Amino acid sequence: MVENRPWLTFLTHAVLIVGMLIIAFPIYVTFVASTLTLDEITTSFPLLPGSHLVENYVKALTMGTTEVGATVGTMMLNSLIMALGITFGKIAISLIAAYAIVYFRFRFRLFFFWLIFITLMLPVEVRILPTYKVAADLKLLDSYPGLIFPLIASATATFLFRQFFMTVPDELCEAVRIDGGGPIRFFFDILLPMSRTSIAALFVILFIYGWNQYLWPLLITTDESYYTVLIGIKRMLDVGEGQAEWHIIMASTMLAMIPPVLVVIFMQKQFVRGMTETEK
Amino acid sequence: MGDVSLKDIYKKFGKTQVIHGITCEIPDGEFIVILGPSGCGKSTVLRMVAGLEVITQGEIAIDGAVVNRLEPADRDIAMVFQNYALYPHMTVYNNMAYGLKIRRMPKAEIEKRVRNAAKILELTDFLDRKPRQLSGGQRQRVAMGRCIVREPKVFLFDEPLSNLDAKLRVQMRLEIRKLHEDLKITSIYVTHDQVEAMTLGDRLVVMNEGVVEQIGTPLEVYDRPSTVFVAGFIGSPSMNFMPARLDADGRRVKLPGGENFQLPDEGLSAYKGQDVTLGIRPEHLIVTEKGAGLVDLKVDMIEALGADTLVHGYLGTDRTVVTVRVPGVMKVVAADILPLTCEPERLHLFDPQSGTRLGGG
Repeated sequence: MVENRPWLTFLTHAVLIVGMLIIAFPIYVTFVASTLTLDEITTSFPLLPGSHLVENYVKALTMGTTEVGATVGTMMLNSLIMALGITFGKIAISLIAAYAIVYFRFRFRLFFFWLIFITLMLPVEVRILPTYKVAADLKLLDSYPGLIFPLIASATATFLFRQFFMTVPDELCEAVRIDGGGPIRFFFDILLPMSRTSIAALFVILFIYGWNQYLWPLLITTDESYYTVLIGIKRMLDVGEGQAEWHIIMASTMLAMIPPVLVVIFMQKQFVRGMTETEK
Repeated sequence: MGDVSLKDIYKKFGKTQVIHGITCEIPDGEFIVILGPSGCGKSTVLRMVAGLEVITQGEIAIDGAVVNRLEPADRDIAMVFQNYALYPHMTVYNNMAYGLKIRRMPKAEIEKRVRNAAKILELTDFLDRKPRQLSGGQRQRVAMGRCIVREPKVFLFDEPLSNLDAKLRVQMRLEIRKLHEDLKITSIYVTHDQVEAMTLGDRLVVMNEGVVEQIGTPLEVYDRPSTVFVAGFIGSPSMNFMPARLDADGRRVKLPGGENFQLPDEGLSAYKGQDVTLGIRPEHLIVTEKGAGLVDLKVDMIEALGADTLVHGYLGTDRTVVTVRVPGVMKVVAADILPLTCEPERLHLFDPQSGTRLGGG
């Protein structure tokens, strides 16, 4: 901005700070609640952190609530396995699919490309019944493959890699052929390292997508040892006439927020680079 | 040995035929330049030699062995691409070593070859850099280094200098020539730049629309172009063409306005009385004293280039547009009349229908 008016600066900052407070307040309340005892929450609910932080978190991680059989530790692990499985699976499959579509000439190439593209219109929610039927018939209910495989194909990522591959000059492929490398070498030695930044950006997006999956895990898991943390938190609230253990639930919620935040914090640089520049 | 032989090569992309039968023998160690306007098929020919394009018909042999069905890697060739095609994520060293690593050459030998190539190309200080940290000229050298380390039978260059600025182009041109003198490896070099072609090539292959128009040394191509196309394409500014007619005994060539030029030696008696296309290069039209000229030029426009002056104007009474190149600076203005002459040996006669050269004159 060229203008330099003090009250304008003040106003913009005020808007920013107020906005941030509005967004941050619920998280702060969650944090405060996770440091109190159940009694304190249900009666007075002070707005300053209490003294039961370690106790609550340890209890959540190692025991969970009485309503749900699995500990938050187990559920976090399940969520992690599922999120990473979906992320790596999606990246691997999209890379290979995009490689085939861009670099190989085969019958119905365009047809397959459009087929992949059309699946963008078919997220899990739309195809949930047939997918459930297939998963059930394949005996994938209550298993990690069942959590991961139905979510593993990604038209978006395939499309993104396709666009990136199309900007890679053909001469690189030809140079590898002259240097004596085949398609596999070209893929692993040249294309993969060149896609590094795109892969990092996708990793962030897909990890959060995988971690936040709710509907599909809810449907496919009945065995509590396969619950993901999001399902777990929902189940902790289903206490009927009883008293929900809010201090544990809030601690679990805080814990569930940590991995995506860590991924964003540690991969932020690569993420921004992958979104804004292509190495050429 | 790296002799390359092309026998009656045809290439079709789908239904369009782009190469119409090319035959050419390239002896070992020769630097041959394929020259032609864009879209004439010169790059396609090179890519067929490299094995990047399938040969529709005909035979390409390297060192006596037909390579039609061999993969590029098995043809013992190396290629420099127009955009260099360096691997962007690898260091200069790895870029050069990559082809050798794939061939499972021992580490020590790779190291030796890369260091040696880097020394020749003055890249030793840049071996740890990535291509994007290099200037255009340095990238160009890395691309050549990648070829040198392979020690192939044939080097292929696909317009390697067209991405460089004019000054660097001249410098790299000399370096490529010097490199060839040192290594003596058969080279096929594709370009549309006639200066590059003239200075680099032992021989030129001039192509147009998928056909070879002429194969010869640079001076042969300049002095005795075998078709109107070659005559017009080689030389800058390009040759002046005008309709003319041979006289009854074929010793003089007459412009429609009556001005005429003496042909060398015994003339062209075989074509006497025929219509011809007369070609004279701008640098071969000489301004003379008043009265001594064979034909008059009415000046229209002047371009002073410093070293010489280009005079555009109308020739003779039928006002054919021609360009004359006069050495040094010349003070003339529009509408001046300049008397011109031309040595008989510098006249080029072509058949107006087929465009082929007539006789030796």
